Amino acid sequence: MLRTKRIKLLALPTLVWMGALFVLPMILMLALSFMKRGTYGQVVYQFTIDNYIRIFDPLYGMIFWDTLVVAVLTTAFSILCGYPLAYYISRLEKSKQQIWLLLVMIPFWINFLVRSYAWVIILRSQGVVNTILQSLGLIDEPLTLLYNSGSVLVGMVYTLLPFMVLPIYVSLEQMDYRKLEAASDLGATPWRAFWHVTLPMTKTGVVTGSILVFVSSIGMFVVPDVMGGAKSALIGNVIQNQFLSARDWPFGSALSIILMLLSMVLIGLYFKASQAGGSKEGAA
Amino acid sequence: MKTIIHLDTIEKQFAGSVVVPPFSLSIEEGEFLTLLGPSGCGKTTLLRMIAGFEEPTSGEIYLDGKPLSQVPPYKRDMNMVFQQYALFPHMTVEQNILFGLKMKKVSGAEQQQRLEEVLQYVQLTELRKRTPKQLSGGQQQRVAIARAIINNPKVLLLDEPLGALDYQLRKSLQLELKNLQKNLGITFIYVTHDQEEAMAMSDRIAVMNKGRIEQIASPAEIYNRPQTMFVATFIGENNIFQEDGTCTAVRPEKLKLYPRNEESEKHKKTGRITDVVFLGNLRKIYIRLDGTEMSVLAHQYANEGSDWQVDHQVAIGWSQADEVVLSC
Amino acid sequence: MKKRSKALSGFSWLMIVFLYLPIAILILYSFNESRINAVWSGFTWKWYISLFENRQVMQALSNSLSIGLISSVLATVLGTAASVAIKHYSLRWQNIINGMIYLPIVIPEIMLGLALLILFSQFHVDLGKSTLIMAHTTFSIPFVMVIISARLADMGKELEEASQDLGATPWQTLRYVILPLIMPGIVAGFLMSFTLSLDDFIISFFVAGPNSTTLPLYIYGLVKRGVSPEVNALSTLLIASTVLLVIVAELFRRKDSKTISY
Repeated sequence: MLRTKRIKLLALPTLVWMGALFVLPMILMLALSFMKRGTYGQVVYQFTIDNYIRIFDPLYGMIFWDTLVVAVLTTAFSILCGYPLAYYISRLEKSKQQIWLLLVMIPFWINFLVRSYAWVIILRSQGVVNTILQSLGLIDEPLTLLYNSGSVLVGMVYTLLPFMVLPIYVSLEQMDYRKLEAASDLGATPWRAFWHVTLPMTKTGVVTGSILVFVSSIGMFVVPDVMGGAKSALIGNVIQNQFLSARDWPFGSALSIILMLLSMVLIGLYFKASQAGGSKEGAA
Repeated sequence: MKTIIHLDTIEKQFAGSVVVPPFSLSIEEGEFLTLLGPSGCGKTTLLRMIAGFEEPTSGEIYLDGKPLSQVPPYKRDMNMVFQQYALFPHMTVEQNILFGLKMKKVSGAEQQQRLEEVLQYVQLTELRKRTPKQLSGGQQQRVAIARAIINNPKVLLLDEPLGALDYQLRKSLQLELKNLQKNLGITFIYVTHDQEEAMAMSDRIAVMNKGRIEQIASPAEIYNRPQTMFVATFIGENNIFQEDGTCTAVRPEKLKLYPRNEESEKHKKTGRITDVVFLGNLRKIYIRLDGTEMSVLAHQYANEGSDWQVDHQVAIGWSQADEVVLSC
Repeated sequence: MKKRSKALSGFSWLMIVFLYLPIAILILYSFNESRINAVWSGFTWKWYISLFENRQVMQALSNSLSIGLISSVLATVLGTAASVAIKHYSLRWQNIINGMIYLPIVIPEIMLGLALLILFSQFHVDLGKSTLIMAHTTFSIPFVMVIISARLADMGKELEEASQDLGATPWQTLRYVILPLIMPGIVAGFLMSFTLSLDDFIISFFVAGPNSTTLPLYIYGLVKRGVSPEVNALSTLLIASTVLLVIVAELFRRKDSKTISY
């Protein structure tokens, strides 16, 4: 007869809380996505899959596509900027590493609304960049640096960069440096050693970082809103719109569910990729 | 001799597979019993079942006649010395040692008295205010022991306590532990994979393999009269002769070597020396038997075998009394 | 190799500049005399002073602080209790529960905010401070658990077993062994929760009521109306408090790991 440990009960309040305030809302959202919208914006409790069919409308297709493109580009730029940074940090001595990591993390904790706003100050038509350029006489008219997809991209990469740096750093830290030494023993140049040894071994870190950045990107609506202005319509903005302006909660829910499925699929791919990579490393 | 711990048909399964098949065992009060075996043989599992950290899948453990199945570890009158000492990092040596007494709400005066006694015993009086971080491996070991014995447990369980220490320290601590046990009269149940350690310290050794206790006996018994093939080959070195379906074991030091040309009924086998390893007081002589692929090992002490060299032809003999018949 | 590392070093510093420049400019211009941002016309504290005289700002600040405090306390208690308890479950259950509890971290925040909005509307709960507290607690719990679970994993189960072996009941073990050893982690978790709550925008956006504005929500309102030094000043204050909290939390988290390993 097993002695059940009473200490296990300590988890009960938390599980109840998360069940009620996380699991339940998710289930409600799922249920809602199958409901109809009444003429005055209220919910009509009839089962329908119209919402999901509507998602396949080319209008939303374009928006999903745009969102994906932005997310992919954000991820790509994050890797380009984040990997060298992570690599540099991992090569420093331990005490310096801690400081640099803290430096990278601090902006991440600062409210990203504030951070996006900071870019607005810099990029807008009466902003810092334009003012400097104009006073130097390099341009006559202010440049439109803001309210386009470029500025949205800058905002996104800026916001999510720490998400990429940290996992890559961890992955570099855990790397077996002996393999690198073996490679240079066998005559590989530093660049080739990096390409054929370091890069594959840090694949997990890059994948983790990419997932984090990508999943965050597709749900963003604040950064596109602030940096992209009215022109920006990514899926996050649309969803927000459905709930607050258009008052079509069922449709908004359906969009959210699809968004979440997208995230889940990516996370699933991540697990597969990290396992495949793991077994390859094991064999090596 | 009183039985202090009795294991009655104890079995342990993990996720459907049997880790420790059913067996029974009685441990005498005041004895130093060692559970000896290779890694994964179940000795630590057994110890943990006695301590209360694992539940036997079936069977019952009795301490001083009382069943332990419903008794949690904190109510069992035994203490354990953990492999990695498990000293509380946020407490001083003193606080660590007093922990058990404090939990059982022993009076302040008595706490102090027992503390002084124990500190003297393990020679840690000067280090009482230090934290584990500030101690060497050997010192940490002593704190772990002190922390356990201050509670005057009926039984002390030791899980490979000397594994992390270097050779010299291990040897001296072995002696200390043995003396401690004799002086305190506490029953020790000791787990190790080091057979020298087991032989040096124990009153009885339980040799374990794949969850099974192959033999329980005194060190001399185990060495001279092994009951199974595993025991014969796990403890020390042994030569196994297989003939007509019977297996016979003869210890290397029992083999006598003679020059081949001498004829004698004492000769049982002949062969050629393939290796001579000089180890100071001992010479290990490896001999390939004629007509087989089998090699045997003979120990020669002091100057006994000083003439033997590689490629010499020898005859090997031993007395019947030194043979141990085993099931193959 | 030296040439490459110079380029790498330069690039990395550039990245740091990239990360901090906007923030620095923001802070700088909060002291600008001129209302029109980009032209510098003198140093002044007046925007900060006007903040303290602004009743709405003070209200938003007070809301943010009280919501932050209450939700962090709740999250820390619930998160710590759960982490300690879950260590004693079988591995299979641990994975299941961890999967459920860490989900909020990987789901887009907008989903969590909307789902909670749906929940509150379904049960006719008025949006206000209480819904904000509930929401903030919910997304903070997983973070607390990540921190505490890591500390518990470092601690290993030997210490707990040793404690019980010496006669301490599970509750005594919790009080005298486990809690003291994870205390720095608990403090770090609390501070992280407070930071998350203070800075949260997206989830608060959906579950806040008309009379329960938090600081980030207030800033959003101002930003929508355009750039102004008041926003800069307010943002600077938010930045300063966040940085302070993060540094202190990090120090506690590190102190913790030093205690346990020896």
